[in-house]
Amino acid sequence: MKAAVIVFPGSNRERDAVAALEAASGTKPYEVWHRDTELPDVDLIVVPGGFSYGDYLRSGAMAAHSPIMREVKARAGKGVRVLGICNGFQIITEAGLLPGALMRNAGLKFICRTVTMRVENTDSPFTAKYRTGQIVRYPVAHHDGNYWADAETVKRLEGEGRVAFRYVGDLGQADPAHNPNGSVNAIAGIFNETKTVLGMMPHPEDAVCALHGNTDGKPLFDGLVEALS
Amino acid sequence: MSEPAKNNEPKVTAELAATYGVTADEYKLILELLGREPTFTELGIVSVMWSEHCSYKSSKVWLMKLPTKGPQVICGPGENAGVVDIGDGDAVIFKMESHNHPSFIEPYQGAATGVGGILRDVFTMGARPIANMNALRFGAPDHPKTRHLVSGVVAGIGGYGNCVGVPTVGGETNFHAAYNGNILVNAMTVGVAKADRIFYSAAAGVGNPVVYVGSKTGRDGIHGATMASAEFSEDSEEKRPTVQVGDPFTEKLLIEACLELMATDTIVAIQDMGAAGLTSSSVEMAGKGGLGIELVLDDVPMREEGMTPYEIMLSESQERMLIILKPGSEAQARAIFEKWELDFAVIGHLTDTGRLVIKMHGKTWCDMPIAPVSNASPVYERPWEPTPARDEVPDSVWDTWTLPLGETLEKLVACPDLASKRWIWEQYDSLVGGDTRFMSGQADAAVVRVPGQTKAVAITTDCTPRYCLADPVRGGAQAVAEAWRNLTAVGAKPLAITDNMNFGNPEKPRIMGQFVGAIQGMTEACTALDFPVVSGNVSLYNETNGEAILPTPAIGGVGILPDAMLAVGVAFRNEGDVILAVGETTGHIGQSLFLREILGIEDGPPPPVDLAVEKRNGDFVRGLILDGLVVSSHDVSDGGLLVAIAEMAMAGGVGAHLTGFDGQHAKMLFGEDQGRYVLAVRPDVAAKVEARAKAAGVPLSVLGRTEGTALSGRGGEMISIERLRKANEGWLPGYMAAAE
Repeated sequence: MKAAVIVFPGSNRERDAVAALEAASGTKPYEVWHRDTELPDVDLIVVPGGFSYGDYLRSGAMAAHSPIMREVKARAGKGVRVLGICNGFQIITEAGLLPGALMRNAGLKFICRTVTMRVENTDSPFTAKYRTGQIVRYPVAHHDGNYWADAETVKRLEGEGRVAFRYVGDLGQADPAHNPNGSVNAIAGIFNETKTVLGMMPHPEDAVCALHGNTDGKPLFDGLVEALS
Repeated sequence: MSEPAKNNEPKVTAELAATYGVTADEYKLILELLGREPTFTELGIVSVMWSEHCSYKSSKVWLMKLPTKGPQVICGPGENAGVVDIGDGDAVIFKMESHNHPSFIEPYQGAATGVGGILRDVFTMGARPIANMNALRFGAPDHPKTRHLVSGVVAGIGGYGNCVGVPTVGGETNFHAAYNGNILVNAMTVGVAKADRIFYSAAAGVGNPVVYVGSKTGRDGIHGATMASAEFSEDSEEKRPTVQVGDPFTEKLLIEACLELMATDTIVAIQDMGAAGLTSSSVEMAGKGGLGIELVLDDVPMREEGMTPYEIMLSESQERMLIILKPGSEAQARAIFEKWELDFAVIGHLTDTGRLVIKMHGKTWCDMPIAPVSNASPVYERPWEPTPARDEVPDSVWDTWTLPLGETLEKLVACPDLASKRWIWEQYDSLVGGDTRFMSGQADAAVVRVPGQTKAVAITTDCTPRYCLADPVRGGAQAVAEAWRNLTAVGAKPLAITDNMNFGNPEKPRIMGQFVGAIQGMTEACTALDFPVVSGNVSLYNETNGEAILPTPAIGGVGILPDAMLAVGVAFRNEGDVILAVGETTGHIGQSLFLREILGIEDGPPPPVDLAVEKRNGDFVRGLILDGLVVSSHDVSDGGLLVAIAEMAMAGGVGAHLTGFDGQHAKMLFGEDQGRYVLAVRPDVAAKVEARAKAAGVPLSVLGRTEGTALSGRGGEMISIERLRKANEGWLPGYMAAAE
């Protein structure tokens, strides 16, 4: 699997993403600067976490208009897989690859903690290595992770099996106390119509090895490698 | 040298100088140095360079006594940060620095820029920052300002550290009424670099270009260093304009741009513009190189119109660096900063005159010899008096203890100093970089892997201010010993410390005596534990309306582990592990949290610190951990032995059945004797561990076993983990929510 990680001014989890991709695929991904206008020939594009443009104006809003994003959208249109994590989720949502918006956390504070999620749909290379309904734990680290979309869009996302991950309690139960940011329907990650684009707030790349004390994120990368190699 | 032209500046007199914190004697010295009256710009420059904050004039004679050398030390105090060898050609670079006064006036920006400043001190030496820590002291919880300050400081530290992408992995937070009018915000950054790619600040090469990079200069923070060198009073709110404003996004770009430039062969010297901004960076760089410097301020990137030379030189606008480049490399360097969309300007050159010459609008505004301004600031041997010894606490206090054991423990773990600080650390990104093995709370020290390698650095910040107030010598030694112990408790070999000396007004002999005593205790401990000081910061005048803070020599300790995965945390992990106490328990109750929180008495001497015992016990524990014999490890500090065990149970969700306590006086449970650890080991290695303790002459006793979901003794259940957690986790969120 060949992958590219897009780097914006203010990206800060690109190293985590590069390490997770390299560990899973055995190949170091390309790092592509936001001002570039061309992408190498890749199977996967990762838009990493961080504070692109300092989150000034609105999280992801400025990065969505970076020169490279035109090419990212074009590749996504051709079916190249795109994974947006945290700020990357915000950016690809602002860029129109996914519906909805990421608002300030309901508690108004930045949150860094490990959350429990349920894998809702395994019909994608991102989630193929999980079982439907599997309970996984990933860390979150964000200030603006409160996913919102209008009722009709949410209904469509739910109806089309496009909710990838949902925040739940430790036993898999729906529990508002375990929704860390107030997201509608406790949505943690969503797919596009063709399930070739995944945006998610939690960080699978920080849960891939013994050092992290958690390897629940590893199947996500392994699944991509298996599907795209 | 010609006298600077008569410019449109206020006329300088001794009276005007006094309002800038320059004493009559110091003003006389300035007249002698110049052979004339200083210009207004010159007065501004000298007043900040000779301020307590920049010159260390009250502390210098005592700081010289601290041990700063060792085979592991690559660079000790005097540079932007300390540099220590961690093997394989790698070095760890670190420092802790205060931002107390600004954080009290404007908590969000004060704390944020404190983080930004200490990050720059570390990456300016060539290191990629890999971890941030902080040591915070707030006033009493019931003081009307405390909530607002906690909220703002924590948001500021998070807002800056999260954005720059350096994990904030731990620290400590205390509450005490002595900080009501003067909180402490001490921030520490740790970075790593190749040992042969360290960058220093001494300028070299007459004619070499002086380059300004980073943010533009505005009018913010003018005379911040002077503010940090005076006591507070009720009108301190009026000083809000002297607080700087941080931009972590620009800092992130500056880190990446500087590290990219450092990978080229273009830099002669580099320093960040911290306190006293362009003044201190230019004067110190030229001063260290024995050269002169000429600046043309018209070329300084500015974001406000009509700034005067005085304002430009004194501005503490953030996210700026000063670089001496090799001649001819300007274009290469400029391209890097333009890539990162940062300002880059050649603003002057080095000269052989030894003078600081500042020009603007075709006029000369300053023409002064650098050496005396930078090195020959006045040094004061302030009078001091030793702190009187406290009497031991009489045994009769025990008669006043009526609370059952379980409830006593519940109350202790919920007291502000021991309560979980989850509400704070969940606002910090502790994971970015993917190298965090433990953040503090999970282990006695944070453990962060060196990027791309197996080895890891361990980091801790420690100080017990109530001990320091009661006995500064013992308190100073204890702060260093506890840092050493916390590193040891995760399995790390302690390497060196940075110190952040927070004290009151040094012009008061009682306060100066606290400083002198703490230095003495620290010196003893650093020497005995081979734990030298490699960097530090002094913050004096921490007083409001004449009320001083507790003496707080905050220690930031750094150690090394050959493999991050060898580190152990505090959590009990299995049922049936054997719980061991390492070290001797005599039941020292003076200055204990038990005495303060349960009996309401803040008195007595702090526990003695036997440094030989400390070293023996610590070396023993570290050996066990590195041999893979230890499952859980925790040092015994605030709250004593039973609190340590409760913390291990809460962290792991596994209880303990304790049989080693029966028949002992409760002071054995809550006393704060030093040099102790609680370990949990698998039952099949317990005998081996006991044999090793015997061979090493280390006191070791079996306390019980890990078991169930409660702490219990022979008398049955003391308290469930659930109840302990509720008390421990509940206090801070409940306290903060009461404001919202």
